[in-house]
Amino acid sequence: MKQIVSVTLLNLRSIPQRWGMSLATVLSIALVVGVLLGFMAMANGFRATMQGAGGDDVAIMLRGGSMAEMNSVLTRDDLRLIEVAPGIAQDADGQPVLSAELYVVVNGVKRSTQTEANIALRGVGEHAPALRPGFTMTAGRMFEPGAGELVVGEGVLREFAGFDLGQSIRLGQNEWRVVGVFSTGGTVFESEIWADIGVIQNLYDRGSSMQIVRARLTAPEALEELSAYAEEEPRLNLEVLSERQYLSRSAGGTTNLIMFLGWPLAIAMAVGALAGAWNAMYASVDARTREIATLRAIGFGGFPAFIGAMAESMLLALAGGVIGAVLTYLAFDGITASTLGGGFTQVVFDFAVTGDSVVQGVILALIVGFLGGFIPALRAARVPLLAVHSD
Amino acid sequence: MTDATPLYELKGLSKRYMRGREATTIFDQLDMTISHGDFIAVMGPSGSGKTTLLNLLGGIDAPSSGEVRFEGARIDNLGQGQLAKWRAANVGFIFQFYNLMPTLTAAQNVEMPLLLTKLSAGERKKRVKTALDIVGISDRAGHRPRQLSGGQQQRVAIARAIVADPKVLLADEPTGDLDRATADEILQTLQLLNKDMGKTIIMVTHDPAAAKYARRELHLDKGRFVEKELA
Repeated sequence: MKQIVSVTLLNLRSIPQRWGMSLATVLSIALVVGVLLGFMAMANGFRATMQGAGGDDVAIMLRGGSMAEMNSVLTRDDLRLIEVAPGIAQDADGQPVLSAELYVVVNGVKRSTQTEANIALRGVGEHAPALRPGFTMTAGRMFEPGAGELVVGEGVLREFAGFDLGQSIRLGQNEWRVVGVFSTGGTVFESEIWADIGVIQNLYDRGSSMQIVRARLTAPEALEELSAYAEEEPRLNLEVLSERQYLSRSAGGTTNLIMFLGWPLAIAMAVGALAGAWNAMYASVDARTREIATLRAIGFGGFPAFIGAMAESMLLALAGGVIGAVLTYLAFDGITASTLGGGFTQVVFDFAVTGDSVVQGVILALIVGFLGGFIPALRAARVPLLAVHSD
Repeated sequence: MTDATPLYELKGLSKRYMRGREATTIFDQLDMTISHGDFIAVMGPSGSGKTTLLNLLGGIDAPSSGEVRFEGARIDNLGQGQLAKWRAANVGFIFQFYNLMPTLTAAQNVEMPLLLTKLSAGERKKRVKTALDIVGISDRAGHRPRQLSGGQQQRVAIARAIVADPKVLLADEPTGDLDRATADEILQTLQLLNKDMGKTIIMVTHDPAAAKYARRELHLDKGRFVEKELA
């Protein structure tokens, strides 16, 4: 053990003698980890934004087989049957706590690029705020039913120009006035603009149709009761999901797409970094050939030389992993971005560099260190003793 | 082992190298005996096999044929692990270019062979101090090799070679990189280790002046020894 510790310390102490190559290895590994964590931060942020909005005590009802809100059409008759369904909570007046909703896609101009991007303009009923946990009006007031008024999510306000409080804005053929700004604590709803559903139905010629009905359940377990009702009622063709299930399904595709891009790119770069680590470790072993041979001539074994070289490689990789993680955290964590979510509208979300993704990034770095160091370490263990005479 | 058992016995020792497809014989059927307490200067022209002989005596190279016996026991047929243990217990090496670990202090360099023993940290510290005292470099114990002159570095290397109290010191051109005055100081130190501490020393050198410090000279030429008694 003393042999291993002393030879390992010798290796580690000698790193500054090869600082250039060691630094290049550390930076290349940091870059790999940075790229991976960047993608993961994007995926995590998007997933958190989508899933954070989803409650287990809110049911989403859409037309059976439609899979997504955009493809769903529900009628006033459907709504009447839903209003009397079991499992839906009632307000103080005995009215079911639900919101029939319809959204259309409008164009907004992004502040960052001055390019147009889709935003969801959602027509909602009076109970819509009660169905979003953490909903607060942060400025202004709620729209008046029947009026051409909008309230905008904070994400929209941050990312898009022209939605400042009190401002009038033309969306398509229609002129609107922004009367309030709302927050839902960073969830996907903040990427939307809301207006009265009746006004949206009129202005966009949707008659009395809607796309989904969102309803507060008496308890999360009531979802089963509601599903059974929808299934047994022959006049209804409904898919009933909890809000969490629905948003997870919507987030899945985009999250997977981000990760399918991120991991292969990180792995391709890791192969490059591996070559760098390999090169650096070969240089390290070459530079220390006489030193290693001398230790072995004195009586040290080959195994400590192997462990010493591996420790050096792993330390460089760990340093790269940690630097990559810290830089990614400083550069990306909490920054706001937007991307196309379900329904072809922009979802505004914050990058999230999580502990789990840091661990995965550091593990990737250590794998690079291990693979990059293994063969050179074997070479260190097999340094010929006659190298004691090399100069 | 009895007192009469020589330290080394070489019997029919041959060493051949393959250079491409051609076999080169360094020496063939060499016989030799080295007693405890001897101080031998091995001399000879370049390529005569002086360093190869030292490598065979130190167990860092293997003969093509023949036997190397140390205190009566063969070492030429030991495995790598056994040889490493044997070297740690019996041999101290001194190299032309000192071969010190650049990131360690003089004291840490000297301590290296003791890390292979079961001595406590305190005991190791004492032994390191004694070894540095013997070679007269204790005042540089905390210095790193780059902060030391060539002569000082070689003294540290000698301290490292003797710190574990080996039976034999194998020195490969120990003064080859030093000026005359410093070389003489180093050679006097080796002579002291031989005369006062009874260390057997086998020293390869090109330098006739260095060889004069030994008890006997062994000239290796064309695979044969020619011996000359000195002191």
